[in-house]
Amino acid sequence: MEHVVDPLITLKRGGRWSEPAAFAAMIAFFAIAPAIVYPVFLMKVLCFALFACAFNLLIGYAGLLSFGHALYFGWAAYVCAYAAKSWHLSPELAILIGTALAAGLGLVAGALAIRRQGIYFAMITLALAQMMYFFAVEAPFTGGEDGIQAVPRGFLFGVLNLSQQATMYVFVFVVFLAGFLFIYRIIHSPFGEVLKAIRENEPRAISLGYKTDRYKLVAFVLSATLAGAAGATKTLVFQLASLTDVHWSMSGEVVLMTLVGGLGTVFGPVVGAFIIVAMENYLAEFGQWVTVIQGVVFVTCVLLFRRGIVGELANALKIPL
Amino acid sequence: MLEALGISSPALFGQLLIGLINGSFYALLSLGLAVIFGMLNIINFTHGAQYMMGAFGAYLLLEHLHLGYWWALIIAPIAVGLTGVVIERLFLKQLYQLDHLYGLLLTFGIALIIQGLFRNYYGSSGLPYRAPAELQGVRNLGFMFLPNYRAWVIVVSLVVCLSTWFVIERTRLGSYLRAATENPSLVRAFGINVPRMITLTYGFGVALAALAGVMAAPIYNVSPLMGADLIIVVFAVVVIGGMGSIMGAIVTGFGLGVVEGLTKYFKPEASDTVIFVIMVIVLLVRPAGLFGRRA
Amino acid sequence: MNNLFGLGILAGLLTASAAHAQISDGVVKIGVLNDMSSLYADIGGKGSVLAAQMAVDDFGGKVLDRPIEVISGDHQNKPDIGAGLARKWIDTEHVDTIVDVPTSSVALAVQEVTREKKRVFLMSGPASSDLTGKACSPYGFQWTYDTYALAHGTGGALVKQGGDSWFFITADYAFGHALERDTSEAVKAAGGKVLGSVSVPLNTQDFSSFLLQAQASKAKVIGLANAGGDTINSIKQAAEFGIVAGGQKLAGLLVFLTDVDSLGLKTAQGLTITSAWYWDKDDASRAFAKRFVARNPNGKPPTYTQAGVYTEVAFYLNAIKAAGTDDADKVSAQMRSMKINDFMTKDGWIREDGRIMRDMYLEEVKSPQESKYPYDYFKVLATIPAEQAFRPLKDGGCPLVKN
Repeated sequence: MEHVVDPLITLKRGGRWSEPAAFAAMIAFFAIAPAIVYPVFLMKVLCFALFACAFNLLIGYAGLLSFGHALYFGWAAYVCAYAAKSWHLSPELAILIGTALAAGLGLVAGALAIRRQGIYFAMITLALAQMMYFFAVEAPFTGGEDGIQAVPRGFLFGVLNLSQQATMYVFVFVVFLAGFLFIYRIIHSPFGEVLKAIRENEPRAISLGYKTDRYKLVAFVLSATLAGAAGATKTLVFQLASLTDVHWSMSGEVVLMTLVGGLGTVFGPVVGAFIIVAMENYLAEFGQWVTVIQGVVFVTCVLLFRRGIVGELANALKIPL
Repeated sequence: MLEALGISSPALFGQLLIGLINGSFYALLSLGLAVIFGMLNIINFTHGAQYMMGAFGAYLLLEHLHLGYWWALIIAPIAVGLTGVVIERLFLKQLYQLDHLYGLLLTFGIALIIQGLFRNYYGSSGLPYRAPAELQGVRNLGFMFLPNYRAWVIVVSLVVCLSTWFVIERTRLGSYLRAATENPSLVRAFGINVPRMITLTYGFGVALAALAGVMAAPIYNVSPLMGADLIIVVFAVVVIGGMGSIMGAIVTGFGLGVVEGLTKYFKPEASDTVIFVIMVIVLLVRPAGLFGRRA
Repeated sequence: MNNLFGLGILAGLLTASAAHAQISDGVVKIGVLNDMSSLYADIGGKGSVLAAQMAVDDFGGKVLDRPIEVISGDHQNKPDIGAGLARKWIDTEHVDTIVDVPTSSVALAVQEVTREKKRVFLMSGPASSDLTGKACSPYGFQWTYDTYALAHGTGGALVKQGGDSWFFITADYAFGHALERDTSEAVKAAGGKVLGSVSVPLNTQDFSSFLLQAQASKAKVIGLANAGGDTINSIKQAAEFGIVAGGQKLAGLLVFLTDVDSLGLKTAQGLTITSAWYWDKDDASRAFAKRFVARNPNGKPPTYTQAGVYTEVAFYLNAIKAAGTDDADKVSAQMRSMKINDFMTKDGWIREDGRIMRDMYLEEVKSPQESKYPYDYFKVLATIPAEQAFRPLKDGGCPLVKN
C-alpha cells in the first residue's frame, strides 16, 4: 500500500550537490526579488514557507498528518501581538514568547493526538484546533472578530527599527533561514532517521526497541514550535493577528502548500508556499474563486501529482531535493 | 419547582429542545460518516458540503421549479446522492490502494470546490427558506414554546436513524454490507458485487447528509458555508462515539446535542467548545471512543 | 540585494516629492472596499461602487485635468483581508482614498493603514463611534452615522415609550460592542436599566438559543445590537418563539431599507429606527434615487450608506479641485474648511475628530396598509439636530482634539 510519502525520493543518496545548489538558488532568489516584487508579498511567502516546512517535518518525515496546524500558527500570532502591543516587548522577545506558547500547545495537543493513529490522529488535531478557534473567538484578549490590531513592529534588540521595510525584510529572511536550517539539521540527523523508520514501518521500529510515541511527540512539538515562530513573525509583518490565523482553512492551506510543493522534500514546502501565496495575491480581486482553485489543486495533486512539484522534479532527475 | 432552584423552565426546556435538534443533525451526519467510513475506510470531508447541497437543493427546487418541502425531502437526497456516486466512481475509486489519508485530502479538496462554487454564486449570508405551511406555528406547552417544525425534525431524525440502524444490523442486505467491510475478497467470492455495494453505500451516506440538509434549511437558512463548521463538530462526535457501531453514532449524536443545549443554558460562553472538551476527556480515558470496537 | 532595493526606495522618494504640488501618479484613484458577498452585501456592496461611479461621472470624470478611476474589493468582513487589500492598493496601485468599509473591525484596521500611509479614508459604512473617538485619525472621516447616534436616537425614544428594562443580543465584534455600550449608556441616562446581554458570532444563522436567553430575562425591550443578515434573522426567529407575542419589544438598533425589504412590512412594521437619510425624503433625494435605480441591477433604491458614498466622493473631488492637489494633508484641511450641502446634508460640517455633523432622523416602519408604493417603508417621526445626535466633542477621547 502506497504511503503518503514516496520513500524512494528521500532514500536516494545520489547527487550530494543538488541540495546545496537548491539552497543557493533559494537564497539568491529571496535576496534579489524584493527589488522587483512587492516586499510585503515576499515576507508573507517567507512566513508561510516556514509554516509549511514545519508542517512538512511532521507529515513528510514522521508520516503524521496534522489537520490542525493553524492552532500553533494562530495562537503564537495572538500571543506575540499581545506581548508586543500590551506588554511593549521588543520584537525578538515577542516572537520568542509566541513560539514558546506554540511549543507548549504542541506538547499538550501532541500528547492527546498521538494516542490514535492515521485518520483518527488527523481528526483529533482538527478538532483540537477547532476548540482553540472557538476559545479565540471568546477570549477577551484576542479581540474576537476584530483581532489584535496596530501591533507595533518595534526595535529589534532595541536598536534596529523594524518599521523600515528593508530592515524588516532582512529580519524575516533570517528567521526563515534559521527555521529552515534547523529543520534541515533535524531531517539529516539520527533522530530524523528514526522518524523515517517509524513512518515506513512503525511495528518494526518498535520491535527494534525505539519508543516510537516519544519520537513522534518530539517531532510534533518541534513542528508546532516552528509553526508558532512563523505565525509570530507574520504578525509583526502585518501588524495584525486575527481569527483567520486560527481558522481551519488556514490548516487546510498549509496542507495544500506542502502537497503542491512536495511532501517529504526539503524545498517542496517553500515552493508550495510561494505558489499558493502568489495565487491568493493575484486572484484577490476575484475573491471566491481562490477557494475553488485551491480545491481543484488539492484534487489534482492527490489524484495525479502526489509527489508535488519538487517531488516530481526530484524523481525525474533522480536527485534528492 | 424548578423556579425554586433558580432555573427558568421555559428557557431550560427551550435550550434542551434546541439541543435535541442540534443532536438530530449530529446523529444524522455522524451516522452517514460512520456508514461511509465502515465500508470505504475514507473520512468523507465532503459530507458538510453535501449537507449544504441538500439544503440548496430544497431552495432551488422551490425557487425554480416551485416544488415545495415535501418534494424536496425525496428529490434532493436522491439528486445529491447521485453526485456522490459520481464522485466515488470518478475520484475515490482510484485511492483505495493508497494510504487512507489521501481520501481525507481528496474529499477536503472536493469540499473546497463545492463550497467555493456555491459561495461565488450565492454569497455567504443565508438565503431564507420557509418551513411548509403544515409545519409552521408554535404550540404553547405551558412550560415552554414548541415550534412545530422543530419537533418534526426530531421525530424524523429518530425515525431515519433507527431505520438505518435496523437495515444495517438486522437485515440481510445489512449483513452483506457488514461482511464486505470485514472481508471484501471473501464476500466477492460469494458472487456479491462489492464495488457496486461500495458505490451505493457512499451514495446512501451522502443522501443521508443531503436529507439532513433539507431538514436544516428552514431552521438554519441556506448558506454555502453551513456545513463547513458543522462537519468538524461531527468529527469530534465521531471520535467520541467511536467508529465501531451505528447505534453508538446515533446515541452519541443525540446525547452530545443535549449536553450542548444544557451548556447553553448554564454557561453559554462554553457551548461552542464543550463537545471538544468532552472529546479530550474521552481520549484520555477511553481512547477507542465510548462505543468503539477497534483500537 | 541592498543596492537594488535602496535604489528603488530612492527613486520612489524622489518621484513622490516631485509630485507634491499636483495629482500623485497622474490619476485620482478611489478604492471602494466593502462586503460584497456576505451579510452586509445588500447594505453597501456593489451599490456603493455604483454610487462612487455616479459621483465620478457627475463630476465629469476628471479633476484638475487628471482622470478619476474607481476600483473595488471585497473585504469579506475580515480585518486582515481588508487591511491587506488597503495596504496593497496604496503601495502598488496608487489608490488615493479608501471609501465605504462597513464592518467596524475592518474599518479600524484600515484606519491604521491610512493613518500610517497618509491617505484620506471616507467612511460611509462603519458604525463604531470609536472611529472618531479613541481611534480617530487626521485623515479619517465618518460620514453618515455612528453607534452613539443610533443609541441615543432609538434607545432614548424607546425608553420614553416605557421600555425601561433592556436585554441585548450583540454581534460579537467592534460594532456590536460599541453599539451595546452606547445604547446601555443612553438607556441608563434616560432612567432605564440593562438586565443583561449575550454575544453572538457574526453571521450566525440560528438565533434561537440567544432569543431564549433574552426571553428568560423578561426584559421589556430586546435590543438587537447587530445589522444586516443578523438583524433579519433575529427578527424572523423571534416570531417563531413567540417572543413578541409574549409582550417583549424588539429594538432594531441598526436597520436599513434593504433589511425591511427582506423582512417584509408585515414583520417589520412598527420598528423604530434612527437613520441618516431616506430616499423619499424630498425631491432632490427622490431624483438621486431614481437615477440610482436606473443603473442598479437589483432595482432597489439606495440605502443611506450608499448615498453616503456618493456624497462623500463628490465632496472629496470638490476638495481636491479647491486645494489644487490630492495630497492627503491638504485635502483633509480643505474638507474641514468647507460646508457640506447636497441632497443628503444641509449645512453639514466636519469636526476635528473626523465626525461629519449632520441631522439624523427618527423613523418608524410603516404598516402594509400605510405603504402606498414600492419601497415606501418609513415615516419620519422627528429630526434630531446634529449637535444633539452625536457625542459631544470632548467626550470622545480623540487625541486630535485639543481641550
